Amino acid sequence: MISSSKKKLSLTLKVWRQAGPQSRGEFREYKLHGISPDMSFLEMLDILNEQLIEEGSEPVAFDHDCREGICGSCGMMINGQAHGPDNETTTCQLHMRRFEDGDTILIEPWRAVAFPVIKDLVVDRSAFDRIVQAGGYVSVNTGQAPDGNCLPVPRHDQESAMDAAACIGCGACVAACKNASAMLFTSAKVSHMAQLPQGEPERAARVLKMVAQMDTERFGACTNTYECEAACPVGVSVSNIARMNREYFKATLFSREEKKEGSGAG
Amino acid sequence: MSDGNQGQQVNQGRLNSRVPDGPLAEKWDRCKNDLKLVSPNNKRKYDIIVVGSGLAGASAAASLAELGYNVKVFCFQDSARRAHSIAAQGGINAAKNYPNDGDSVYRLFYDTVKGGDFRAREANVYRLAQVSANIIDQCVAQGVPFAREYGGLLANRTFGGAQVSRTFYCRGQTGQQLLLGAYSALMRQVSAGKAKVFPRREMLDLVTIDGMARGIVCRNLVTGEMEMYAAHAVLLCTGGYGNTYYLSTNAKGCNVTAAYRCYKRGAFFANPCYTQIHPTCIPVKGDYQSKLTLMSESLRNDGRVWVPRKAHDTRPPSEIPDEDRDYYLERRYPAFGNMVPRDVASRAAKERCDAGYGVNETGKAVYLDFKRAIEEQGEEKIRGKYGNLFHMYEKITDENPYKVPMRIFPAVHYTMGGLWVDYHLESTIPGLFVLGEANFSDHGANRLGASALMQGLADGYFVIPYTVGNHLASRSASLKSVTTAHPQFDIVKGEAEARIQRLIGVQGNRSVQSFHRSLGEIMWNQCGMARNAAGLQSAIESIRNLREEFWNKVHVPGSGADFNQQVEQAGRVADFLEFGELLAQDALMREESCGGHFREEHQTEEGEARRDDEHFAHVAAWEYQGPDAAPVRHQEPLTFETIHMSTRSYK
Repeated sequence: MISSSKKKLSLTLKVWRQAGPQSRGEFREYKLHGISPDMSFLEMLDILNEQLIEEGSEPVAFDHDCREGICGSCGMMINGQAHGPDNETTTCQLHMRRFEDGDTILIEPWRAVAFPVIKDLVVDRSAFDRIVQAGGYVSVNTGQAPDGNCLPVPRHDQESAMDAAACIGCGACVAACKNASAMLFTSAKVSHMAQLPQGEPERAARVLKMVAQMDTERFGACTNTYECEAACPVGVSVSNIARMNREYFKATLFSREEKKEGSGAG
Repeated sequence: MSDGNQGQQVNQGRLNSRVPDGPLAEKWDRCKNDLKLVSPNNKRKYDIIVVGSGLAGASAAASLAELGYNVKVFCFQDSARRAHSIAAQGGINAAKNYPNDGDSVYRLFYDTVKGGDFRAREANVYRLAQVSANIIDQCVAQGVPFAREYGGLLANRTFGGAQVSRTFYCRGQTGQQLLLGAYSALMRQVSAGKAKVFPRREMLDLVTIDGMARGIVCRNLVTGEMEMYAAHAVLLCTGGYGNTYYLSTNAKGCNVTAAYRCYKRGAFFANPCYTQIHPTCIPVKGDYQSKLTLMSESLRNDGRVWVPRKAHDTRPPSEIPDEDRDYYLERRYPAFGNMVPRDVASRAAKERCDAGYGVNETGKAVYLDFKRAIEEQGEEKIRGKYGNLFHMYEKITDENPYKVPMRIFPAVHYTMGGLWVDYHLESTIPGLFVLGEANFSDHGANRLGASALMQGLADGYFVIPYTVGNHLASRSASLKSVTTAHPQFDIVKGEAEARIQRLIGVQGNRSVQSFHRSLGEIMWNQCGMARNAAGLQSAIESIRNLREEFWNKVHVPGSGADFNQQVEQAGRVADFLEFGELLAQDALMREESCGGHFREEHQTEEGEARRDDEHFAHVAAWEYQGPDAAPVRHQEPLTFETIHMSTRSYK
């Protein structure tokens, strides 16, 4: 129900504060009262920040933008879980009704070597952009395209490609993985394009280059714990990792694309 | 801005639309044939700045880099992939006529002009319809996974304001997939070394030299440093100004700053009063609310909008039998039913709620009911079409829309107004081009659903690559090489720094956000779905007072010398506080109702919008005159060579 009659929550927050990339960080504790269960998690942080500004202290920095779960800007570890306790839910779509009065909530940034902290809960995820730059595209210039219906795509392939393409690039998969692996992110893009005829000509080169870049960025290897899938706010499946491994294997064995020394699909 | 009569000037030389002569269907070809070209070897000598990385920005940047120009892209987000185009849900229109239901370029053009209540520039809209089909082809080639039929061919659905199915879609995430397509094209150019992306940068001012746009000053949001970049052309692709209202479906970071700064440097601002209030959003629930969430218009394909037939009926919807329900859109507009355009649907919802038939504790909501669609098609089919939207609705409201009807209410969604541009998408400042939602040209006074994605990509993929070349080739003599060592860069940078220091220096006791909320209340209450002269005058007065209070009482913590989100927000709100007045002023001067601009003084007996073509068939373009002077309102007459301006009817 959209109602404001529910009981308000009092909470203790333990928030990671870190002034800059080189500074030492620490948890600081804050008390919040009168939190409506209908608030989103980020609206709760807005209230905390208003309170901090009133007290003359510095507000908590966190990335956020669309607040409807699609832009991938927001993301934090909430009680040790990427994006918090709800399945298939971004931090901005998590609501305070999920918490109890009196709860203590631990809030940390994504932690991974490849995602250095910029400030407080804000991390640098530009490594993801570089993985896409390595090959996450179809090489078609504007104006070169044939009619959209000239290549039929079986509906099942399109649906499956769409499931993979739904990735929002938030980084929860990396944050949830004990190895800080970017296999789910990378495989989602590889898998999206490997299932469509448009992706076919660069299929082998794409997977080889993207995997190499992933390794260069110092993301860890995959050890099949599936934490990434559990944390993914849009339900990207680990079957994409299996598909990427198969693509990688095929590319190394059969393609004429050059493989970088020392890289592997993890 | 100060009191006093606004100057009125009709179509001065500076408002030359550069629409070519000849039949409507040949104008774009004629224009292209006359454009000067930059030869392939010379393109690498030119630098182009693109501000914003949404559909317009990313598609323009990728296309220009492919041609060989050196492109620099700036965005305030941490990655170009996060621009707010990503949140567009429903779809993108194109005149492909794949369903064989009678669509054509002309029909798409006509529906768009009519949907915009005959307040758009005819030639621009026709071009938009012409290139719409190319957009779909381009996106498919990039690997955008559009929905398909079982035979493997592209699927379509219907959107508001149309009687054909011409909307292509990727589930409820069309904007995301189109943006990722454009983003991947841009990433390809980054890897080729032709484009460079500067994320976490906010454009704070435009640098003009010899009357031409030659660069920008932006703030590095991580280090706080001011950075300067020079170029031969600047493309503004910075989206709309819906966040003037505080609560809107825009992302939190969406702002008017880049466009408003260009306005202050001499770019005319056209039709700022044209704002779109989207009928199907999740209602406001508390004073802590930070944004509103859209439920795609596509839901109206299967959802039926209703309120109880009895005023103040407090029964739960499940206990209200069909005969006690008023499907008011189907009743009032039998031809289009639930698929009327957004402005019509929003006003109809407001009318019912104002009359006491609204639901929710606040009385400010109507039902969007999927019961019949689920009975007819089954839950699985509905889940396939709208699964992510239903999921999002449940997350936010804690109600299951498969079981109970959604509750929805109109909210600010899109802004049709924007910087004035000619047929080349060039503003009144030579070398400054404006694309996508940031310009004013294609949607008139109301935008039809699935047209924003179409326009952003049309501008970026298929218009700007031609017209920028003409600017560079035809003005090569005056486009001397300029670097950031030019003294004008330092002057503009100094002004931008001073503005930030002034904001921090106030040291008051009220937060930036609280000012933004107050501005939003004024705008929504007096310049929202219904407007009248007294309300608008009072809004202008209230905005001026609030602005004064802001500059005396705002508290911006920290310094400008590092990562400081409060400094970012303060600069944006300071601009909204000026821009809101311009918006209200424009609404006050436009003494007619058209599209999303509804003046209560101008309505028919049935409560429909009454246009005044005799006096207002023009674009109002505002020219800045300095901080203490009233802006001048210029007019560009709208002439329709092909179609007849009729009263819009969806009955």
